[in-house]
Amino acid sequence: MVELSDYLVLGAILFGLGVAGIFLNRKNAIVLIMSIELILLAVNFNFIAFSHYLDDIAGQVFVFFILTVAAAESAIGLAILVVLFRNRETINVGDLDSMKG
Amino acid sequence: MNFQMPDFSLALPELWVATMACVILVVDLFARGRESAPAFYLTQLTLLVGIWLAIDAQWGRDAVTFSGSYVADNLAVVLKVAMMGLGLLAFAYSRDYLRQRDLLKGEFYVLGLLGILGMMVMASAHSMLTMYLGLELLSLCQYALVAFNRDSRMGSEAAMKYFVLGALSSGLLLYGLSMVYGVTGSLDLGVIREAAAGVGAQNIMLAFGLTFVVVGVAFKFGAVPFHMWIPDVYQGAPTAVTLYIGTAPKVAAVALFMRLIGEGLAGLQEHWELMLVILAVGSLAVGNIFALVQTNMKRLLAYSTISHVGFLLLGFIAGTPEGYTAALFYAVSYSLMAAGAFGMVILLSRRGFEAEEVEDMKGLNDRHSGFAFIMLILMFSMTGVPGTVGFYAKWLVLKAVIDVDMVWLAVVAVIFAVIGAFYYLRVLKMVYFDRVEGGEALQAPAGLRVVLAGNGLAVLILGIFPDSLIAACAAAFGS
Repeated sequence: MVELSDYLVLGAILFGLGVAGIFLNRKNAIVLIMSIELILLAVNFNFIAFSHYLDDIAGQVFVFFILTVAAAESAIGLAILVVLFRNRETINVGDLDSMKG
Repeated sequence: MNFQMPDFSLALPELWVATMACVILVVDLFARGRESAPAFYLTQLTLLVGIWLAIDAQWGRDAVTFSGSYVADNLAVVLKVAMMGLGLLAFAYSRDYLRQRDLLKGEFYVLGLLGILGMMVMASAHSMLTMYLGLELLSLCQYALVAFNRDSRMGSEAAMKYFVLGALSSGLLLYGLSMVYGVTGSLDLGVIREAAAGVGAQNIMLAFGLTFVVVGVAFKFGAVPFHMWIPDVYQGAPTAVTLYIGTAPKVAAVALFMRLIGEGLAGLQEHWELMLVILAVGSLAVGNIFALVQTNMKRLLAYSTISHVGFLLLGFIAGTPEGYTAALFYAVSYSLMAAGAFGMVILLSRRGFEAEEVEDMKGLNDRHSGFAFIMLILMFSMTGVPGTVGFYAKWLVLKAVIDVDMVWLAVVAVIFAVIGAFYYLRVLKMVYFDRVEGGEALQAPAGLRVVLAGNGLAVLILGIFPDSLIAACAAAFGS
């Protein structure tokens, strides 16, 4: 029998990987977008697990909305990435330093 | 499961704005080449009618509809009127700025309007799902707006930073919401309020969820240590967009806090109070001290925003209706001042020249003494000099904290406000006492001058007669 806590631990691990991906990555901005996606999927994991164990459908409805919003978010993120590449000809995260202070 | 027909007439303001955003998108398509004038006037009309609809349909009500996910009450009305009013102001400022830079496209108004729609949904959210959707609608529009000048290197960099940190903060908030859902078993904020108060923060999962929710909200406010996006976004975005981002979304952040934490998690007040104290003191310190060394005006105003957020949080820390009233009043009056300050940057800029440096304020008094006086009012108001609206904003939050016996917090806030006075006065010194060779007369268009003059006068008049605005904010919290 898989316990609720097992799902929560998996969700926490995925979430941690996503956050670590954002802060450790210094090379490629696409990895940032992938990390954001991972964070949202970790949240989905939580919601589905809770929804199942609470026997309440609302959590799964929330997951559908998160999936949809995540798709829109990726679209905007990639669009910004294209603009960024056109202007600077690099998507290296370390090069995003023209503003300081 | 019974399906109840939702009461659509309650949600009339949102339905109206959503419909008009689509209409404007289409109208603009057919009216290209005329500087998007129809889009501009339709947007302003939409907001004016929206304000009327919000008051007419929701004032004095306390009704929940859409299966418990939408609430219409006085708080929602005050927030929405403030959001739409500030939107009106931001669009009025941006028109000439965008025209001079060949950015005047209908998409600006559509994105701005949809962002305001997102804020309105947040103001009326009665379920975590509605809150999330409103927040994302606002955020997605803001990411796109920051990158609105597609050929700007700084703009696209700022947009990327904003996107990554904004999406991260949404993720943190969502993670917190999932924990709260797991403990309380409901998305409905009314049910969560009861359940969370019953469970208490001894429950480790609820404490965990609360922490993540507070972090997510702090990100959206830009409170220290989650403030790093604010200076870069304010500097990199086109000034008209900075003006938009720096005003109405602050009121939306108040909505986010009030609905999720102030109302939804009210039972855990002693726990989030402590987190907010850390955020507030950090924001006051970092905002005021870092602003001292800024040479870029937009960056300076960004750090000033952070310090004002620290003040605003004091009202939440008090946790009383008076405190919430003070925080709401602070958000509205600060937004008005910030709109004026960014409007001043727009006024001094022209095609091919951005008056972004603090130095560009030099000799403004010689160029136009009237606008120098408006700058004086705005800077005095941000400092908190009596006679301007900023004074009452600070006075109300300080009174709220002192009433709950947190005098030390008020003392800390005042000390940092005094430090902050230095950089506001430095700007005024440049305006009045520094001379520049060959300072030319202002070239700004008449429309922009009228809006800015009106904004400056509003700050002054509200500073002399603040009662009506305070009463409106108090009515939002039923006192």
